[in-house]
Parts: sequence; C-alpha cells; structure tokens
Amino acid sequence: MAHEETVYDALDHAHGGEGQWAFGTGFDDPLAGVDTTVPEGVDPADLGAYCLMLGDDALVLCQRLTEWATRAPELEEEVALANCGLDLLGQARLLLARAGSCGVLGRSRDHATDSIPDEDALAYFRDPDEFVHHHLAEADGGDFAQTMVRLLVASSARLALFARLRDSRDPVVGAIAAKGVPELTYHRDHAARWVLRLGDGTAESHRRAQAGVDAVWPLTADLFTATDVEQRLVEQGVAVDPAATRDEVRDVLTMVLERATLTVPAWPADRPSPGRAGQHTDELAPLLATLQGLAREHPAATW
Amino acid sequence: MTSALEIAQTVTDPELPMLTLADLGVLRDVRTEGDQVVVEITPTYSGCPAMGVMRADLVHALHRAGFADVDVRTVLSPPWSTDWISDEGRRKLAAGGIAPPGAAPRHTGPIPLSLGPTRRTATCPVCGSADTEELSEFSGTACKALRRCRSCREPFEHVKEI
Repeated sequence: MAHEETVYDALDHAHGGEGQWAFGTGFDDPLAGVDTTVPEGVDPADLGAYCLMLGDDALVLCQRLTEWATRAPELEEEVALANCGLDLLGQARLLLARAGSCGVLGRSRDHATDSIPDEDALAYFRDPDEFVHHHLAEADGGDFAQTMVRLLVASSARLALFARLRDSRDPVVGAIAAKGVPELTYHRDHAARWVLRLGDGTAESHRRAQAGVDAVWPLTADLFTATDVEQRLVEQGVAVDPAATRDEVRDVLTMVLERATLTVPAWPADRPSPGRAGQHTDELAPLLATLQGLAREHPAATW
Repeated sequence: MTSALEIAQTVTDPELPMLTLADLGVLRDVRTEGDQVVVEITPTYSGCPAMGVMRADLVHALHRAGFADVDVRTVLSPPWSTDWISDEGRRKLAAGGIAPPGAAPRHTGPIPLSLGPTRRTATCPVCGSADTEELSEFSGTACKALRRCRSCREPFEHVKEI
C-alpha cells in the first residue's frame, strides 16, 4: 500500500504536510511580511472599519458572480465571471486581513476558533448585521443582462475610488488599491461591452438590458455619501470621499448606456448607505448561508 | 555551496511551470539577514491562488539546499506588471504554446473605458501567424486571455497585459 492513504494526503505531503485552512489554498496570511503599522494619527478602529467596508463590497459581489458557475450562457462567460470574482476575492482577502491587523474583528472572533486566521473569521463567522457592504453588492443578480449592468455599476464606482486611493496615507490600503486598479479596469470594460452588445442587440436583449438598468439604478443612491468613519479618514488623507467620484461614475455609466441605446433613468437622490450601517435586505442571509455554511459546519477543517 | 539567490531562481511557477518565478518577475528579492534567508515575492493578481504554493516551494527548495531558516514575505507595492516578465520568460512562454504579453497600458488621470474589441495583437504560438482573434479576455487563470488563430484555427492562451 502506498505511503499516502489518498491523493489528498500525497498533495499535502508534497507541500510539507501542514494542514491547510482557507479552503485548502495554503494561504495563511495574504499580508505575510507586509508592514501593517497604522500611520501616525490614524485611529486603527476607523482604518479597520474602512477596510471592512471595501472588503465586504468585494466579498459579497464575488459570491454573487460565482453563482453563475455552471449557469452562464457560454463557457467563456462562466470563466470570465469566475475570473472577476477571483480578483474581487483577492481584494477582499487583503482588505479583511488589513482590518484584522487593525484589531477590527467584530463579534466574529468570539464565534470562530482561535486557529482560524482573522480574515477567515471575518468572512465566515460574522452575522448579517456585521457586514457593511452596499446593497448594490448583495442584490439578487437577476438575469444575465442585469448581472452585467450591476457589474458595470459596481466596477465603475470601485475603479473610480481605487484610482484615488492609490495615494492613501495608509501604504497598505494604497498598495491594495494600486493592485486592484488594472483588475477593475478589465471588469468594467468587460461589463460595458456586454451592456453595449445587449442594449444595442435584439429587441429581447434590449428589453432585458433596460429592465436590468431600471432594477439596478435605485441602488446607486447609496454609493456617494461618506460615513462618519470615511469622513474622518478623508481628513487624514487615508480614505477617499465617495462624493468626489460621483461625477466620473455617472459620466461613464451615461456614456455606456447612451452608446447601448438604453435610457438613462433619473439619478436617485443620494442617501446614507444602509448597508454601511449593517442594515441589509432579506437577500443577504441566504447568500451568507451558502458562503459560510461549510466553514461553520467544519470549523478549522484541514485537507 | 550554491547561493540562496541561485536556489530561489530555480523555483518554477505552479501554473506556468515553464517559467521560473524569476522569469515571471514575481521573485522580487533574495537576501541574507544574519542566519535567515529573506525572500520577497509579489502576487500577479490580488486573488492569485498560487501564492501559497509558491511560498511552500521556495521554502522547501531552500531547505533542501541547506538553508534552515527561510522567511518568505509578500510585497504588494509596486504592483506586479507583465512588463516584468523577462525576455527569457517570454521565449519560454511562446515555446510552451502561450503567447507572451505586449507592453502594459500606462494611464495618467482617469482610466479610459475601452468599448470596442481589444486592439492588442498576439502571434499564434503554433504556426506563427499574426492573424489571430480574441475569444475572451478571461481564460483558465487570471493572467491569461483566450485567443484563436485564423490561419491554423488553433485556440491558444495569451498572457494579457497588466
């Protein structure tokens, strides 16, 4: 009989026999070796809370995108959406790890066993009211057209924010943003081309794209009002005021929709984001159940 | 004794095994601090799932060569660019059937939207024809696009510029 019982034992043995949490990826800490000192004069609680906002936007939208696995209209598109999701997951991991390095762990740390890294405790063991992403990320994706409209809006807003965040006074946030910019540029281009193709396509694809726009547009109301945490961090040169991105985001979205022969709905009045305050729709709990179920059933499992 | 740098330079990428981490531009620094070997690597994409394996492979290669104390550190800044893939790396990619990237875009100010078909070009690694088309900007790994040759009809992957 072979030394290793299963192929998985063999793989594990080949990589040193260290148990692998984080779904077997071997990632222990995505910020290993990165200097996580909080800049002088910055409240670690604020910085951590901010990283959680940006991280949750990415984590939850990633989960929505991966719902297309095995369901996308063509294989290439399934791969594309999974790739976009993977980029967002990577951004989320870095940002959640940064939040953890600032000591922001919420109640989740008490639920999770000590052997689980902070980022995993934040991703898998927080309850819905502890998540602070915009409703835009959690909303049900609808059909493929609506999925592409949402991806266009979300990636346009995130790209405008990240482009400015590259100059953040927190070097870790600045580096995460700088890495994210080219990734988000690909996502935005990809979504924009699909919106163009669907909007300026057949009568049916146009109808669906317009319905997607009409469904997603009200969610843009949440994107441009800074929370108290963001306002304090803006003054310290750490965060970007989302209001400063509004014109650019609206210009990009208007340009794409007009080219796609779609009607640009009236922009909703800005409001403080309920999601940033932990207030979510009924759509979040089932999403988190799928995301967190395995980790909660088998805490600290290794394979 | 072979130097730590020479050992680290032999470690290959888990997803592009024809390339070393040095060819790929992921290996940023190898130095000795006292008795410890410090290796710095940078992820290609934020979500690169190969970072853990890269780290383990570097540690094991250096352990086998007699370096007991190895610390592999992540560096995030400056962000990795395909411009860092060496000429040797580009030759190995093409020989392995993967079209190497062109020059990465550089922007100042707002990042322009690209609505038309991508204008990037890639030579077919199978027959050498320049008449190729993009099938998808996303392929089997985050760093590659999927293309097809109009001459020999073979599909191939292309490391996309970033």
